[in-house]
Amino acid sequence: MTEFWTVLARDLKLAARDGGAVGTALGFYLIVVAMLPLGLGPDLKLLGRIAPGILWIGLLLSALLSLGRIFESDFEDGSLEVLMTGSAPLELVVAAKALAHWISTSLPLALLTPVLGLLLNLDVDAYGVLLATLIAGTPAISFLGSIGAALTLQARRGGLLVALLVLPLYIPTLIYGIATISAIVTPPGDAMSAFLILCALSLGSVVLGPIAAAAALRYQAQ
Amino acid sequence: MVQALAIEHVSVRRGERLVLRDITLRLNRAGTLLLKGHNGSGKTTLIRTIAGLLPSETGTVTLEGGRTEAEPGEQSHTIGHANGLKSSLSVRENLRFWRDFLNGPRDGVDRALAEFQLDDLADIPTAYLSAGQKRRTGLARLLVADRPLWLLDEPTTSLDTASTQVVVAAIEQHVTSGGLAIVATHLDLAARNAREVTLRAGTVVSASSDEVGDD
Repeated sequence: MTEFWTVLARDLKLAARDGGAVGTALGFYLIVVAMLPLGLGPDLKLLGRIAPGILWIGLLLSALLSLGRIFESDFEDGSLEVLMTGSAPLELVVAAKALAHWISTSLPLALLTPVLGLLLNLDVDAYGVLLATLIAGTPAISFLGSIGAALTLQARRGGLLVALLVLPLYIPTLIYGIATISAIVTPPGDAMSAFLILCALSLGSVVLGPIAAAAALRYQAQ
Repeated sequence: MVQALAIEHVSVRRGERLVLRDITLRLNRAGTLLLKGHNGSGKTTLIRTIAGLLPSETGTVTLEGGRTEAEPGEQSHTIGHANGLKSSLSVRENLRFWRDFLNGPRDGVDRALAEFQLDDLADIPTAYLSAGQKRRTGLARLLVADRPLWLLDEPTTSLDTASTQVVVAAIEQHVTSGGLAIVATHLDLAARNAREVTLRAGTVVSASSDEVGDD
């Protein structure tokens, strides 16, 4: 288990030192959300109604931008091969890297969301539940995303390919995230069960993501 | 204690091409194997196969007397063309990470810094190092954790004569204390007790003797 914490600490330190990727993702999120009211016109009711969906989709797309970084630099500088021949199982190493991605990218994106909600006239009741669904749902983004990042390791300019592979996997998370919010904002609806399914999706991806990503890495590294 | 590395009838296919054909080699403890051969003769493929990074089509690689539950790759240091360094971390931070990840001893980093003459560079981010200094830092990973088998692919790339001597000394010390080393190189590394094997088109064409090292 020491290896897990070692890799996690290193990846967080690297994310803090070369802050570029996190900054890009946050900036992209901010710009996409800021442009929408300009495109849709000043209809506050309309904006308020579609705000949760826009924020969720904007967050998914911003997180996609940074997925490539999970394994790319380790692959290029040869670290990945050493990580693969360590005494820790590769699945554990991948889990540490995906967790580092969640802490360094997905979580800041989720925490930025309430601020962006102001730009979209988000319903006052929705702030708390939106933040809760994002925090509960974003682990799925990082851990499922690690599968796509591992699969496209050898593909030059694999950015678009990652989007094609990974976005469909995010659909259930998106559906139950939005379902939870709309059950709270426009009752009736069963918010709790939708939220619990959202949590279950995240927990499932935390388990399955590293196994699938490790298998993909073993193949890609050949 | 590891007694020998046995490579038996190993063939490796890359795409349609058979890159290694039926390689059988045996390296006893306290032995160094120098792999020679032209570009594309299969040196890197052989090293990566031993490390477990490439699957072999036939044959087996076993580390006799090693930990039975661990693959040979887990009991070896593999240094390929890339150095495995993070450019925004300092030399010391890079080595400390590898020590912690590879479960090395506490004093491993200091020992490696001293042995590879990196003390003066220890706190500089590796982005600012020259190619030779980066290579030395990459090689210093060999000393941060004890592993019986060293697999080195062209370790002396971009090193000057003095640094090459440091690497040779480190290999000799490792081998003298009972370790094994396989070094792919086109240079005449004057390592003691070394045996040369030449590869051509994926087969062994000349070997100085069948076995090497103490029996």
